[in-house]
Amino acid sequence: MKCKGRAWKFGPNINTDAIIPARYLNVTDPEELAQHCMENENPRFVKEVKEGDIIVAETNFGCGSSREHAPIAIKAKGISCVIAKSFARIFYRNAFNTGLAIIESDEAVDGIRDGHEIEVDLLSGEIMNRTTGQSFKANPIPPFMQKIIDDGGLMEHIAKGRS
Amino acid sequence: MKMTITQKILADHAGLGEVYPGQLINAKVDVALGNDITAPIAIEQFRRAGAKRVFDKEKVVLVPDHFAPNKDIKSAEQCKTLKEFSREQELIHYYEVGQMGIEHALLPEKGIVLPGDLVIGADSHTCTYGALGAFSTGVGSTDLAASMITGELWFKVPETVKFIYKGRLNPWVGGKDLILYTIGQIGVDGALYMAMELSGETIDALPMDGRFTMANMAIEAGAKNGIFLPDGTTEQYVRGRAKREYRFYTSDEGAQYKEIREFDVSKIEPQVAFPHLPSNTKGIGEVGNVFIDQAVIGSCTNGRLDDLREAAKVLKGHKISPNVRLIIIPATPLIYRQAMKEGLFEIFLDAGSVISPPTCGPCLGGYMGVLAKGERAIATTNRNFVGRMGHPESEVYLSNPAVAAASAVLGRIGSPEELGHKD
Repeated sequence: MKCKGRAWKFGPNINTDAIIPARYLNVTDPEELAQHCMENENPRFVKEVKEGDIIVAETNFGCGSSREHAPIAIKAKGISCVIAKSFARIFYRNAFNTGLAIIESDEAVDGIRDGHEIEVDLLSGEIMNRTTGQSFKANPIPPFMQKIIDDGGLMEHIAKGRS
Repeated sequence: MKMTITQKILADHAGLGEVYPGQLINAKVDVALGNDITAPIAIEQFRRAGAKRVFDKEKVVLVPDHFAPNKDIKSAEQCKTLKEFSREQELIHYYEVGQMGIEHALLPEKGIVLPGDLVIGADSHTCTYGALGAFSTGVGSTDLAASMITGELWFKVPETVKFIYKGRLNPWVGGKDLILYTIGQIGVDGALYMAMELSGETIDALPMDGRFTMANMAIEAGAKNGIFLPDGTTEQYVRGRAKREYRFYTSDEGAQYKEIREFDVSKIEPQVAFPHLPSNTKGIGEVGNVFIDQAVIGSCTNGRLDDLREAAKVLKGHKISPNVRLIIIPATPLIYRQAMKEGLFEIFLDAGSVISPPTCGPCLGGYMGVLAKGERAIATTNRNFVGRMGHPESEVYLSNPAVAAASAVLGRIGSPEELGHKD
């Protein structure tokens, strides 16, 4: 599976209040949540993101609250993949559980600037910077997590285990 | 194999003799918790999976506390979803407004979570129950749904970092200051994916409420769980509340730690975390002139009885600054009643503060104390991210209840000692 789009670069410790402020947590509709994605952090983001675009962030992406609304909002906004140096643990689980592609790579984050055109091959873990021509390798996804993705998410994974 | 308390609890709940850090396990959960923000998505997933019944109606706990008492029509709909699901599933532990308290104060108080338990909750501050010597961690709504159905969840066994606190606490220094100081030292991802084991002679002397405060904020260092070795203080707290058996686990001599950090607490003064990260800490002496518009005393971090007593001690005989709103939120109906009985409400009202019913409300910018553009608050809550308490251009400073109370009187962030208090 391949993702392709413009890089939206963010700093370290992007928390879930930045991804989707709590004042919007009185709804669960993904489309409605997507309209406010990252609005505290970068108001341009909501207006200009195109289907397939990629978030690139430093360490500890998704720290803070356990709200699953965060990966849901990012995915519904059309973001195809999040590349970060590291992810906060609850966000990491939530992303897999909701089917948002996330990968870790220090080199890729350092080698990508805001606005660069990026291509990611999720299966091989190869990240191509189309703007600079550089390519990077992501840390492999743990096999157990890969199984959850292969099954189509946690609920489906559990359903298979029980049947 | 020598194991830490975290490893032992996980091993027992996975039906294994031993577990090692990095191992993936499937473990039974004793309590699965959701609230009015996270449970609606979990319930949706539960239905989507075609599930009919929760695995155990005594072990699935739903507490509408974030935007309850209902703040608007949309929040009312979310709370209604919880109520209807609880009725349909005949859940024992659903708490309607009036019985409802802030979940992480309510569950220990009611004896729903106990030492040795494995608890998951779709709320990041579920790590609070580590204060009792339980393994307790926050998850998302889908993980909650999975364990509501199966009574199990997968975990990666974390490495443990041990924190040893030594020495006597200075005046007006408590659990909040110790954990803020620790986060200031290690950073907001200093314990990412790890267990924080909090120990030492200072901890041995720390009352339960202070321990809850510390475990509560383990997530602010990125930790999977924060945990204390249960002792006499734990036993005293749990006795009379527990309605089922519980177990005290301890860490083996020679258990493996990723790192051991020692802190001399006699060097720690009351801490204030500046915007916009809990790790931006300064000692109260280094704060300078920071004028405030609002002070909030409450939340799952500091809304317990000891916290209110401390605030009352500072506020007694004082009036808050005319430039400040002081909002005090007892975390549960029981704490509310006890505070009232002890005469704390009289002190709060005389000082010019307002007393709210239990709710998470302002902590996450929901309601009951939202900040306007450019406004500044000191709060005993747990996060000071951009826009956390309201407008993206407002600011939140984190502190203990005594400092928050003193600041409300002074109109700027300051110490109780400035009001002539001696602890």
